[in-house]
Amino acid sequence: MLKESLRMSWKNITGNKMRTFLTMLGIIIGVTAIIALITTVQGATNEMTSQFAALGAGKVTVSVTGTPIKRGLSSEDIARIGACDNISGVDPGLSFTRHVAAGGTLLEDVSIEGHGSAYFDDPELIGQGRGLTDMDMSRYSQVCVIDGDVKAALFPNENAIGQELVICGLTFTVVGVTSDDASNDVMRAMTSMTGMSTNGTILIPYQTAMRALGSGTINSLTLHIADTALTDETLSDVEEVLNAAFNYRDDAYRIINLDSLLDTMNTMTGMMTTMLAGIASIALLVGGIGIMNMMLVSVSERTTEIGLRKALGARPVLIQVQFLMESVLLSLMGGIVGILLGNVVSYVIAQIVGIGFAVNLGAVSLAFGFSASVGILFGWAPARKASRLNPIEALRSM
Amino acid sequence: MTETILSMKGIIKRYRMGGEDQTVLRGIDFEVSKGEFVAVLGPSGSGKSTLMNIIGCLDTPSEGTYVLHGRDVSRLDESELAQVRSREIGFIFQQFQLLQRQDALENVELPLIYAGVGTAERRKRAQVLLERVGLGDKLHHFPNQLSGGQQQRVAIARALANHPTILLADEPTGALDQQTGKQVMNLFHDLNEEGNTIIMITHDIAIARHARRIVRLLDGCMTEGVAEDA
Repeated sequence: MLKESLRMSWKNITGNKMRTFLTMLGIIIGVTAIIALITTVQGATNEMTSQFAALGAGKVTVSVTGTPIKRGLSSEDIARIGACDNISGVDPGLSFTRHVAAGGTLLEDVSIEGHGSAYFDDPELIGQGRGLTDMDMSRYSQVCVIDGDVKAALFPNENAIGQELVICGLTFTVVGVTSDDASNDVMRAMTSMTGMSTNGTILIPYQTAMRALGSGTINSLTLHIADTALTDETLSDVEEVLNAAFNYRDDAYRIINLDSLLDTMNTMTGMMTTMLAGIASIALLVGGIGIMNMMLVSVSERTTEIGLRKALGARPVLIQVQFLMESVLLSLMGGIVGILLGNVVSYVIAQIVGIGFAVNLGAVSLAFGFSASVGILFGWAPARKASRLNPIEALRSM
Repeated sequence: MTETILSMKGIIKRYRMGGEDQTVLRGIDFEVSKGEFVAVLGPSGSGKSTLMNIIGCLDTPSEGTYVLHGRDVSRLDESELAQVRSREIGFIFQQFQLLQRQDALENVELPLIYAGVGTAERRKRAQVLLERVGLGDKLHHFPNQLSGGQQQRVAIARALANHPTILLADEPTGALDQQTGKQVMNLFHDLNEEGNTIIMITHDIAIARHARRIVRLLDGCMTEGVAEDA
């Protein structure tokens, strides 16, 4: 019986193709918009999240402004922080911009970064040579690791390892070159994002950098967290050390937890997706009203037919099921076309913008369910109307 | 003699129209036995449409009892009435009432669908019925490809589909010319010979004479008449 209703609905839908298409158009547009929006925003978010995660998973940055008496962290403070539970590494950092000379070449505005040995724990950072070690730190070695830009500018066609260059009047020996795709430092990514571009980066031992600058304190610290599940506990330990170091003035430092930043960002994009999808579903609503309109027209057009079917023994509920099926079929067809179209649109957008594309199953099932419920919701009233038609009057209406 | 398949007692039907009660049927007593061919003759406004609706279980009486095929159907709800119609009544309308987008076979299958008959069985029965009314060569013609007489014969085949207790015809020749009307009447005779019970509603005495028994309806009251005395 259900199969028959389905067959009859199909016959009615295909009986007037132009009208069917126009009715479906509202649903198609709505679903396409929802799918395209959700898929694209999700793709962009995934891209951002994965970049962010690569940059700073398990890393916490401590930024120190200090107090008038104590302008930054001393080596003892750093050692104390490093001794906290669950901290696998401490990377003191300080950076400044200087001109660099090698042989006869002068390279202007190079970003010089002092780092601890923990910075070089990342095995993918070094492309050639070696990273900087604890021994380099404690000995104030004048060694450095350069990035691809600096190598290209100063040692274009030769092996950079073992070459010498001059920074702040000190001569440094190049011991390593970072790998090309090692833009995996948060701060560097940030500076390149904000447009503070420099002509490359040179990494030197932080203690050597402190000495070169004549500075006795550190203002930036990156902590490597061993177990990120315990980040909060670890950070309260770290805060205690910092409070002690700065006489309990909590405006002297700031702890930037990238993971919580990521959470905030995810919440924001999630809110944005919901909002955009909400706006797009207005289109779906309009489409639903279109379906309702067409179904009402269809009911009045087929009044006699409904009367006849009733006279021939169709129970009211069957008439209702048939009309409901028709509207659900209409909106589901629109939904399927919309899902296909929406994915095509977001694929094209992904190709143009250059983000990853993946069929968002959540969005697809959402759109599918949404269009089905639109069909039921907006088909209900017309179907009910049809089922309640008095067969006598319906038959007489011709 | 034969069993009574339709029995009405004291049927009254009132309508509310513009705040006034109008009594359309004023106490109808009516019995039909199996195998009869009865014409209900009455001018327009006599209440014959209302009576037809009640006989056909499209409507229920305000008062009185109506027993059809041993079951009191005078107080059933819409859904139950639909099931009774499906099994007991075969409608034949003045305007044929065929679905224009379906061919002859599908039109005849329609009541079988609502009776829950399976696809293959449906096909077979519809085909036999169309052959019975002489349209075996027009199974896949659409209504607009058929003449009026042929359309009415499709409608008759459809009415016969569920082996109904009563064939209920409402002005079956009203939309046909005299010649075709006569053919349809002949078909009615044959069907009646085969044992089908037929109730025909008409205002046309000439058509009514084809029946074996005539009852007259006037102002909502029924009087028995014999076919010959009209």
